[in-house]
Amino acid sequence: MKLAERLLQGDKRAVARLISMAENHDPEAVEILRKLYNKTGNAHVIGITGPPGAGKSTLTDKLAKAIRREGKTVGIIAVDPTSPFTGGSILGDRVRMNDLSMDPGVFIRSMGTRGHLGGLSKATQAAVKILDIYGVDYIFIETVGVGQSEVDIAKNADTTLMVTVPGLGDDIQTIKAGIMEIGDVFAVNKADRDGAKRTATEIEMMLDFHHSDWRPPVQMVIAVENKGVDELLDHLKNHRKYLEETGKLQEKRIQNSKLEIIDLVQEKLMGMILDKSHKEEMVHRLAADVAARKIDPYSASEAILKEI
Amino acid sequence: MDRPIRVLVAKPGLDGHDRGAKVIARALRDAGMEVIYTGLRQTPEQIVNAAIQEDVDVVAMSILSGAHNTLLPKVVELLKAENVDDVLVIGGGVIPDDDIPFLKEKGIAEIFTPGTPTSVTIDFIRANVKRK
Repeated sequence: MKLAERLLQGDKRAVARLISMAENHDPEAVEILRKLYNKTGNAHVIGITGPPGAGKSTLTDKLAKAIRREGKTVGIIAVDPTSPFTGGSILGDRVRMNDLSMDPGVFIRSMGTRGHLGGLSKATQAAVKILDIYGVDYIFIETVGVGQSEVDIAKNADTTLMVTVPGLGDDIQTIKAGIMEIGDVFAVNKADRDGAKRTATEIEMMLDFHHSDWRPPVQMVIAVENKGVDELLDHLKNHRKYLEETGKLQEKRIQNSKLEIIDLVQEKLMGMILDKSHKEEMVHRLAADVAARKIDPYSASEAILKEI
Repeated sequence: MDRPIRVLVAKPGLDGHDRGAKVIARALRDAGMEVIYTGLRQTPEQIVNAAIQEDVDVVAMSILSGAHNTLLPKVVELLKAENVDDVLVIGGGVIPDDDIPFLKEKGIAEIFTPGTPTSVTIDFIRANVKRK
């Protein structure tokens, strides 16, 4: 049976294989997604981001369990960094989600960033679509541990959950541009630690200057003890409800689709420029000239563009 | 192959010693592979479910408890039951030489005992993955 049909019938191996194909730029994956694109857009896509060690995986595990108690199904995409030197990676998010691997209502997939910056991998969007077609009610995308400016997740999710922990810096950190601006819901994890209250207050103060009619809630949680998790899930659901009722979901999706189209165009263009070996050779030759100060990088880039 | 080889590194059974598994995971990472690390105390069922969802090329299991003759063949059996026939299964740990022929007969492609240089495991994986 064909992969597309198997996916529609809920075959887990078809889901897994299709995600691999998307990761490996297999044109068949694009063909299938092209055909089945109208079957996407049903799941509530939730991005979970935050610094390394904040508890994103543990929290994802607990949120998924809370959703399962309601009888709904969950897909989880967990992204970890790929080595820029060897291309290898250690994808370790499953360690925190062990019980979920026996649950037929949960599908977990680990992905390496494979050179993509911004906190996700290039194939993450495709994986979201595949899980959406497969038919899960919720999709969690767990980003790599992020710093200050990895905001791609907001372009891929309906709701972005920013997970932080006490003790990462003073209140100036909360008013910096970037990652603190993309949270639709905030969680202060490890809330039993010193300074948790203060961290939450600092975020609240930052949010008091928020310009939207959705005021992001700040929830204290202790993920390992499952405390505050149900409340957090309610906030996530409320955000989706808010998006639907105000028409903002459609607005957001138009915006995200625009970015996706532009990304795809860029990718194709880069492919056209670099795919053909003689052009790659050309880049190499120009790079040597630039390094030797024979020409400048601006003229070199224009020389390549003139080729296509 | 212009894609990274995906390897599930798992610790079946009840021993809590994962130093070896982590050394192997790290070595495979440095060899350019994507290593999905599942952590300690996995049942064969959990390992097989993870292997399917992660669409791995290799399941590499580290075991030091002595239960290898039960747990490793069980993983092969469960994979077969799910019609997964393109995954290479290998094992490592303190496994007596006398047990190795039995394990190979049960479908574990190779066993790497203590002292094996990581390069041997890496080369074996590269030479034996079933999918191109």
